[in-house]
Amino acid sequence: MAIVVKKSERDSEISHLIEEMSGVDLGVCFQCKKCTSGCPVAELVSSPPAEIMRRLHLGAGEELLDSEIVWMCLSCETCTGRCPMGVDIAKVMDALRALSIERGKAKQKGNMHLFNKAFLKTVQVFGRTYEMAMITAYKLGTGKFMGDVEKFPKMLMKGKISLLPSLKGDRKTVRRIFKKTKRAKGGAK
Amino acid sequence: MKYTYFPGCSSDSTSRDMHASTLAVCKALGIELVEPEGWTCCGATAGHQTDRVLAASLPAANLVKVQDMGTDMVANCAACYNRMKTANHEVANYPDIRAKVADAIGRDYDGSVKVRHFIDILMQDVGLDTIRESLKRSLNGLKVACYYGCLLVRPFEVTGFDDPENPTCLEKLVETMGGEGLEWPNKLECCGGALSLTRTEVVVKLSDKVLEMAKAAGADCIATSCPMCQVNLDLRQQDIEKQLGKRHGMPIIYITQLLGLCLGSSAEELGLSKLMVSADDITKKITA
Repeated sequence: MAIVVKKSERDSEISHLIEEMSGVDLGVCFQCKKCTSGCPVAELVSSPPAEIMRRLHLGAGEELLDSEIVWMCLSCETCTGRCPMGVDIAKVMDALRALSIERGKAKQKGNMHLFNKAFLKTVQVFGRTYEMAMITAYKLGTGKFMGDVEKFPKMLMKGKISLLPSLKGDRKTVRRIFKKTKRAKGGAK
Repeated sequence: MKYTYFPGCSSDSTSRDMHASTLAVCKALGIELVEPEGWTCCGATAGHQTDRVLAASLPAANLVKVQDMGTDMVANCAACYNRMKTANHEVANYPDIRAKVADAIGRDYDGSVKVRHFIDILMQDVGLDTIRESLKRSLNGLKVACYYGCLLVRPFEVTGFDDPENPTCLEKLVETMGGEGLEWPNKLECCGGALSLTRTEVVVKLSDKVLEMAKAAGADCIATSCPMCQVNLDLRQQDIEKQLGKRHGMPIIYITQLLGLCLGSSAEELGLSKLMVSADDITKKITA
């Protein structure tokens, strides 16, 4: 199948940025497609991992950030584990996600980015994950309250979800980490 | 034997049962665990899907605490284990990341703290012979599909756990306990856990494949060591029934719960009542 990519001036830097952010040498991929063969979501997306690699080779631009796989990738790392050239494709996906967040493109179905933000916010505040607040924040953000609600009482009863957050973690260091990593990113822009 | 144990955030919620059974197994085998004071979240998938430096710094903040204690770190949660190992790999191989992590956590860290998985402690330090000698009960031929998932074994360059394409340590443990560790092809296929709350329809599809194959292999239960796999495969069976009309009824048990039973702990102590799909039949078979 022929791959057609859109290019623009701003776009041409994307493959360089991805290389810089991930530390991965994209050029060594020779398109054996082993990554796609093992990818659990390959059949559910229009551009599987090997095609993303090829699109990067061809200088594809911001369209890549809209690609379904960017936020559907499960981070299972099967691609990385099996690449005969040692290309860390999972890290390329991480870099694509980071770039899509930076450029306001992280708004795909299911809103994984919102889920991650809710998760990390509880870590930032409490030092450890607090699922109750995380799920509430995510559900408020998506406006979809009903999914999984019926499981809550049983999980609470079984102690599989805690009512209260743990405050035993070293919150000072965690807050410092969030502050510093945020500032570093702001400076790079 | 004494180790510094990193329980991970889910030890206080979704994997309370894994935590409890780990402690019970340690008690029975004479292993002493000490928690690093003030340990904090490893960042999990949300961390590395957001920012590379954040993803290395959150584990590093814990690794330096363990470094100060002068010991190795033992993790039982597959995600904590994977993120700790990855952070070590990042700071050891990328000087720019090491510098940024140092700035974030307020001190330099070289990635030298050894991170081990609890299963590795059981296999290497305790050994199957000692485990065999300590058994009070047998799995009585229980057919177990051992499920490793993604995070324990991948990428091998980082985790170095068993064999990246065909690990067998859990099967060996099951055989030692008098069970049958089944040959089946899905022990490393992702259950979809990362998308559990965001794209449930995808997860239903992926988890169904794992459960279906375990059933076809003749499994009485699936044994895992990953809290995300456990909660996902256990919890999503009711969605699979609703969306695909298939009722699997497959108990998803932590390997430490099976081992705890065989070492003489009670089902209650091991948190077996916390499973969504009941494992009562299996518990009865072992404790009868």
